[in-house]
Amino acid sequence: MCLAVPAKIMKKDNAMATVEVEGIRRKISLMLLPEANQGDFVLMHAGFAIQIIDEAEAELTMQLLKEAAQNDDA
Amino acid sequence: MMMPEESRRAAAFFINQIDALIKKPVRFMEVCGTHTVSIFRSGIRQLLPEKVDLVSGPGCPVCVTPNDYMDMAIAYAKRKDTIIATFGDMLKVPGTSSSLNEAKAQGADVRIIYSPLDVLQISQENPQKQIIFLAVGFETTAPLTAVTVQTAMAQHINNFFILSSHKWTNAPIDALLSDPRIKVDGFLLPGHVCVITGEKPFDFVADKYRKPAVVTGFEALDILQAVYMLARQVNTGQIQIENAYKQVVKPEGNRVAQSVIKEVFDSVPAKWRGFGTIEASGMILKDKYAQYDALQQIPVEKEISRENPVCRCGEILKGLIKPTQCPLFKKTCTPDKPAGACMVSVEGTCHAWYKYGQGRYHYGR
Ligand code: SF4
Repeated sequence: MCLAVPAKIMKKDNAMATVEVEGIRRKISLMLLPEANQGDFVLMHAGFAIQIIDEAEAELTMQLLKEAAQNDDA
Repeated sequence: MMMPEESRRAAAFFINQIDALIKKPVRFMEVCGTHTVSIFRSGIRQLLPEKVDLVSGPGCPVCVTPNDYMDMAIAYAKRKDTIIATFGDMLKVPGTSSSLNEAKAQGADVRIIYSPLDVLQISQENPQKQIIFLAVGFETTAPLTAVTVQTAMAQHINNFFILSSHKWTNAPIDALLSDPRIKVDGFLLPGHVCVITGEKPFDFVADKYRKPAVVTGFEALDILQAVYMLARQVNTGQIQIENAYKQVVKPEGNRVAQSVIKEVFDSVPAKWRGFGTIEASGMILKDKYAQYDALQQIPVEKEISRENPVCRCGEILKGLIKPTQCPLFKKTCTPDKPAGACMVSVEGTCHAWYKYGQGRYHYGR
């Protein structure tokens, strides 16, 4: 019930946004995330955007995991 | 993107590190039902060294909702002029003597919705009916309900009501940590709850109880990395709240969502399956929004609620026992015919053990 999924904002229309999730477009509410803009990746939960996905942080996490992979001597 | 080979190597790195860092047996609790599912699906319990045990906590909203609530929902469903709107996971949850599914089979109008906002549309399309939304869930879902209530008010929709069972997730963690029977050495904190709340509501885990906690995401590697971070804290004794999910969890959370929760709900004592009543753990509508509170506006007779005396869901939610210790597990209690809430929800601990265990793996630790 608490699972949220990433979606990309294709179009912003006041408090609503058209997002694309795995190729499917749908309308979601931006009432909890008014600062989101077109082009942002957001976390979406039950028809609402709840947070902007920070791409720089996502990249850092990925980098960390890649480093872990390199340090594995198994 | 990570290549499968890279993912495998990263997993092996974390597991080796965990093995080296942990000297004596530890138990870490994942508080979120979605973590439970991910841990089982990816087989993390089997990959970890035997001295590291993962135990599921009170993080499945359906599971912690007591029969009392379901009985109320079923009583409402049986009214002729009522439509019940709910997330799909509530339908099979047994109440004292029935379920919403059974009420539906007998003609009740029960509709599965994707978003709380859908409920407003149902309300507008059915002006002669009273629409009751089953507002269940933690901080991830509560602000959605709050915004929906505010929207109903702004649009003068008067046939929309909620039956609130919204809850705060930090409350049962505090209850667990103050119970001397419960041995937990660290927590995986629920990532999508923290998206809303930020880290602060969980500070007490480290400050008051000196236990490590890590906020994390839902991929297998996210979880392994978080277990590694917990192991590091256990090893060094430097206890704190860490965040392994920085791409979406800001230290301060989502302030807009926090303020709508505060604007719409009061914190009240609430009943949790297995825990009994916990102070300030539930959310009910503030007086200003009382016209949307089903309990206040629509009186209904419900049956006297009892919990199934044989179901041990309550102890499972506290990490006191494993599903295999319940005499009904896999025998008379299965996902098709669940005897208790922990078997109903896909996020329930009994459900996960049944689905991913089934005797194929050794989960006995
Ligand atoms: S197996 Fe079924 S009856 Fe036993 S604790 Fe789990 S949900 Fe309850």
